[in-house]
Amino acid sequence: MLDYIGIAFLLLASVAFFISSFGLIRMPDVYTRIHVGTKASTIGTILIIIGACFLEPSWSFKLLLLGAFILLTNPLSSSVIARATHNSKKES
Amino acid sequence: MALLIVILFSVSGSLILYRFIVGPTLSDRVVAFDVMSIVSVSFLLILALYFQRELYLDIALVMGLIGFLGATIFGRFIEKGI
Repeated sequence: MLDYIGIAFLLLASVAFFISSFGLIRMPDVYTRIHVGTKASTIGTILIIIGACFLEPSWSFKLLLLGAFILLTNPLSSSVIARATHNSKKES
Repeated sequence: MALLIVILFSVSGSLILYRFIVGPTLSDRVVAFDVMSIVSVSFLLILALYFQRELYLDIALVMGLIGFLGATIFGRFIEKGI
């Protein structure tokens, strides 16, 4: 039973990654690309970590460490890119 | 079921690579690099589940660290120049 729940989470996560990359093609502006790329891929990574915790419960400490790291650094990098783009556009 | 996951991941990787090659400005390419690093970390987790190796989780952690540092340093380069 736990295996089916984990595989369902993995499928949901890969669909989230597909939506993220499709939005990276479809969106017209830099800021919307930052928005759709970073938020949907953060959701996908968190779903993959939850699914891996269901599939292999003995790995859960390292997986939760990786999830906390990605949840901490991923919005930070998108914010740095958006701020740098805004500042470089204002000066020129 | 693993085949469907691999197909979805490869399609998303090709779309991100298209944005990385075509993207009009430098910021688009940096965003594509950031998303590609996250996708590669997640695909490494899928490989760790498929081959039953716990060692791949450490490699995924280091790859996430390097991707974050790369995106932050490129943000600094966009803002202030080299």
